[in-house]
Amino acid sequence: MSEILKLFKAQASKVAGDLRHRSLIQTALGKYETQRDRRKAAFQSWEEARQVAAETKWEAMRSLDEHLVSFVNKLEARGTRVHWASNGVQARDIILGVIRAKKARCVIKSKAMTAEEIHLNEAMEKEGYEVVESDLGEFIVQLRKEAPYHIVFPAMHLTRDEISDLFHRELGSAQTSDPEELTMIARRALRKKYIAADIGITGANFAIAETGMISITENEGNARLTAALPKTMITLLGIEKVLPRMADLALFLPMLATAGAGQPITCYNSLYGGPRRPGEPDGPEEYHVVLLDNRRTELLADAEQRDALHCIRCGACLNVCPIYRNVGGHTYGTTYSGPIGSVITPHLRGLQDWKHLSAASSLCGACTETCPVKINLHHHLLHNRRNAAAQNPNWIEKTAFRVFGTVMNSLALYRVVRAAARCLQPLHGLVKGGPFDPARAWTKTRELAPVAPKTFREQWKERA
Amino acid sequence: MTERENILGRIREALKTPAPRPGGHAGQDHDSLTASSPARTAAVHAREWLPPVPETAEGQLALFAAHSADLKTDFRTLPDADAFASALRDLAAQLGWKRVASHNGDLTFRATEGLDLPILRVDAGYDVNEMEDCDAGVTECDALVAQTGSVVLTSRSAGGRALSVLPPHHVVLARLSQLVRDLPAAFALLQAKYSYDYPSFMTFITGPSRTGDIERILVLGAHGPKKLTILCADH
Ligand code: SF4
Repeated sequence: MSEILKLFKAQASKVAGDLRHRSLIQTALGKYETQRDRRKAAFQSWEEARQVAAETKWEAMRSLDEHLVSFVNKLEARGTRVHWASNGVQARDIILGVIRAKKARCVIKSKAMTAEEIHLNEAMEKEGYEVVESDLGEFIVQLRKEAPYHIVFPAMHLTRDEISDLFHRELGSAQTSDPEELTMIARRALRKKYIAADIGITGANFAIAETGMISITENEGNARLTAALPKTMITLLGIEKVLPRMADLALFLPMLATAGAGQPITCYNSLYGGPRRPGEPDGPEEYHVVLLDNRRTELLADAEQRDALHCIRCGACLNVCPIYRNVGGHTYGTTYSGPIGSVITPHLRGLQDWKHLSAASSLCGACTETCPVKINLHHHLLHNRRNAAAQNPNWIEKTAFRVFGTVMNSLALYRVVRAAARCLQPLHGLVKGGPFDPARAWTKTRELAPVAPKTFREQWKERA
Repeated sequence: MTERENILGRIREALKTPAPRPGGHAGQDHDSLTASSPARTAAVHAREWLPPVPETAEGQLALFAAHSADLKTDFRTLPDADAFASALRDLAAQLGWKRVASHNGDLTFRATEGLDLPILRVDAGYDVNEMEDCDAGVTECDALVAQTGSVVLTSRSAGGRALSVLPPHHVVLARLSQLVRDLPAAFALLQAKYSYDYPSFMTFITGPSRTGDIERILVLGAHGPKKLTILCADH
């Protein structure tokens, strides 16, 4: 068993039995579910909207090269410096290069999962720069030196008291159990940082090919401040963020908010098309856009699973996933958790190391059903299982299935095995769940169904 | 080869194998963007799937007001643009404003001139610390969206990027004629007004700044304004 898998299993059993965790997640997601359902119902047709959203992303992917070229040309024509990075190392070097050239000291960041993906904060901190996360949830997990727990709600696993303790320890604030006061403590601490920061780094929700703009969705206003005050602004985004037209946002903005947080539309939806223009009173003097591949093109090459690149990172599939809700976000050990993380991580970080995530599913299909862009999530988990087995066959499984096949194909053998099972099952109790139990993986936590004392055929004959 | 060429090369290589259109059958409909192509559907027909909006102007105004109430936006209609000045004076007195930031728009200039307070004009550049000190930022906008209760503004129409997000209270001066029915109409308006030369920043503001990051409990005024007031004049 690989280290990654061992860790996953240990964490999963620990969190699944943690009742406090369970109640926290259930309250948080319970509220989400009621709001989401209300907002979905407000659509004239949520289903048609999903279909069109899926087709629009499909259209964006099928000419991704042309869309990217248009996006980049438009941005460059208005004075933005665009950089292309094949992997995380290149992206980090580009960003560190900009920071160095500007002789910057302090960097303010708004939420960007791509930055988590390439471990940007660690790299900047190692070079001695002060990096401050400005999204409240991200700020909290940064103070705890943790990864975000959820791609949309990073601090969902913490209670207000834990956050109060944290602020008290790290910021010297008075203890309080009022969420509003806690928010104001962070607001005051971060205000100073915005004004002092030389560099603002953001992610992006969409990249508009038609107009050469990035679109950022947020509730707090932290990304807007990050894009308004520092002299230099950097946006890091994956190449798959493309939407063909600006007007597509009329559909995607309300869908993202509805699926992700049960809101009709998020508080701020902003478009950025370059550095400050002549005649504008503020905004960055320099704007850099970093386009990240980091094995997205490998996923693109897999036509069967290409639609996983349609993901708009709304987090809806995490929220409905029984596995996510039981094992929690940190157990995955990945940047992207939940069903979408289980699908794409094997592509981004190696199939054999991460194939266990394909099995971390009940295959209930709740993720596929909820996904606003109709990604075939639970089938992709099966595709990954198939691909992993084809690449690296497991001889125990192979033999087991061969034996099973032989037995099921022969009536005589089947009868022998059935008779043996009837005799042996009463003895199973002696070893059940213990180290000598052949069915231990199952019986440790579950019952094995008893073999019926009489088959249907036998009963039929008796009654005839 | 540059990284740009490397990445575009990998994309082109990958796209040699087409992926089926979502909801369609494998092997079918790969290469034709037909009549039902999203190129037309998403942009034009979004109106058919999005939350409905009444046809009449009164209905749209009522919907905007209802959304505002839900969002905790303070939305007020005024008889005409002359009433902006007195409405601002009332707000200033009521909330004890000491200093206000604004830009030189038609509406904002006239309305703020009558305030008996120091005004930070941002148009020719400003000091961030001074703006941070202001109690309110007063701006104009490009549109109000009935469907969502949003205010649309840009760096050109509303005094740059920070004025509408840094001060703790954002006051929008708008005309009733700026109310559009829905999101597709708002994007069409931005396109018609600016496509010759887009401002560097455009935003849809829907209610005061908010967060639910602590136990999913709603708190207003996370980083942006705690209060959003929209004053809308009839003529
Ligand atoms: S896969 Fe779908 S549901 Fe999951 S985060 Fe992405 S868009 Fe949302």
